[in-house]
Amino acid sequence: MNRHLISAADLSRDDALLVLDTADELARISDRPIKKLPTLRGRTVVNLFFEDSTRTRISFEAAAKRLSADVINFSAKGSSVAKGESLKDTALTLEAMGADAVVIRHNASGAPHRLAEWVRGSVINAGDGAHEHPTQALLDAFTIRRRFGRSGGSGTGPPGAGPGRGGALDGLRVTIVGDILHSRVARSNVLLLHTLGAEVLLVAPPTLLPVAVDAWPCSVGYDLDAALPKSDVVMMLRLQQERMNAAFFPSVREYSRRYGLDSARMAQLPERAIVMHPGPMNRGVEIAAGVADSPRSTVVEQVANGVSVRMAVLYLLLGGAEAEQ
Amino acid sequence: MPAQSASGEPGAARDGTTRPVPGDSKTVLEQAEIGRALTRITHEIIERTRGARQVVLLGIPTRGVPLAGRLAAGLQQVEGRPIPHGSLDITMYRDDLRLRPARTLGRTQVPPDGIDGKIVVLVDDVLYSGRTVRAALDALNDLGRPRAVQLAVLVDRGHRELPIRPDYVGKNLPTSQHEFVRVLLTEVDGQDAVLLGVATGGAGRAQ
Repeated sequence: MNRHLISAADLSRDDALLVLDTADELARISDRPIKKLPTLRGRTVVNLFFEDSTRTRISFEAAAKRLSADVINFSAKGSSVAKGESLKDTALTLEAMGADAVVIRHNASGAPHRLAEWVRGSVINAGDGAHEHPTQALLDAFTIRRRFGRSGGSGTGPPGAGPGRGGALDGLRVTIVGDILHSRVARSNVLLLHTLGAEVLLVAPPTLLPVAVDAWPCSVGYDLDAALPKSDVVMMLRLQQERMNAAFFPSVREYSRRYGLDSARMAQLPERAIVMHPGPMNRGVEIAAGVADSPRSTVVEQVANGVSVRMAVLYLLLGGAEAEQ
Repeated sequence: MPAQSASGEPGAARDGTTRPVPGDSKTVLEQAEIGRALTRITHEIIERTRGARQVVLLGIPTRGVPLAGRLAAGLQQVEGRPIPHGSLDITMYRDDLRLRPARTLGRTQVPPDGIDGKIVVLVDDVLYSGRTVRAALDALNDLGRPRAVQLAVLVDRGHRELPIRPDYVGKNLPTSQHEFVRVLLTEVDGQDAVLLGVATGGAGRAQ
């Protein structure tokens, strides 16, 4: 594995499976009375958040703390960034404080990539603009793998896999619906799920698809009703209105009627299909409340799995010897 | 990232490392001798723990786990009731994590009744520096509070670096630090044997 985790494309199939298998083992400690491991004792993880976040920041913080790392939380509000400090100067400050890993969320695509040139520690991308959010893709893949019984130790793994070693997602059909254009989750998921062997279909209004989407390893459709009966997984994305500076669709209501997942549409899904959402949800827009709260929905599981997956990423990047550069 | 071997083939461990049988090693324990050693340990456990009541066997991955399973089966044969057994992964508690690339984790599986108030017998294949056992004691600490902890190993090769001693030993094997001891078990390696050979340079600290 690389020293940094900036893009889901950096992960080979073996890397991704190693993260998922490690997360599988780490998920078990949440059942223990003492939910803590001494592995990263004395290491410092800085959460550098230039953009608002609840789930991801808390999840990274919990993951680092369960591995006994020291956690420093840094949010742009109330810091020197508000006084006009540049990313580079912030990076040098962190460097001087001896951060072993920097978890960064930034509204500019590519910020983690730049940061990786300035700091000695590992850089983990926790979402950069509309570019990537690799740990979200990993936790989504982890959730899909668990729900479809392909994790290690479940006894339904592929023949030949040892105990504790799970399978990939070969043959599963994943449909990602909604605001692909502004979604870093969609890009990371397309890349990772493709690496893991799943077939990905994007469904969105043409205005909410990126220009170069033909170059992505997935297919594209515009009709949700046609896609649903053929989907094992449906992933609903939020309309990122804070990033919209033009009119991409006539009205939210029309969008919701054509691309929202309500109970009637959920009934078209195959029996074992699951409904995912990376959060935050806008109930009644892309997903109806009844769907979000149904047993098929994995929204809460995704949050719980996020901690295990991020522990795995932190362990694999920081737990061993420092990689040669 | 460690090189992953195709699993399922003989010689592939669950941590992805294979243990090829080097040409310049000799067999010091054969299948029958391993069986006899484990039978003797079984009886010693029964004697020392008064009928193996309250005993929980925890194997340390990779090869301690099948050994714990065999000991549990042996105890069940004598005592006529199932003996709880499981595995205890110590990877996250090692003191040499930062000396090597991140390792693949093993599985910790504690029997449903837990370990509180029980006599935990840790099971491993080779006892060498004692650092694995120290890590295992730390790992146990996070799982509960056993009444006592004992240690069973198939081979004790000496060269302890910590004040740790085994309670049950299959075979004491005096070795030099330039040698390696390799335990092969049917469940993992396709055959039962203990090999002793001379470590060649670059092999790292072989057990």
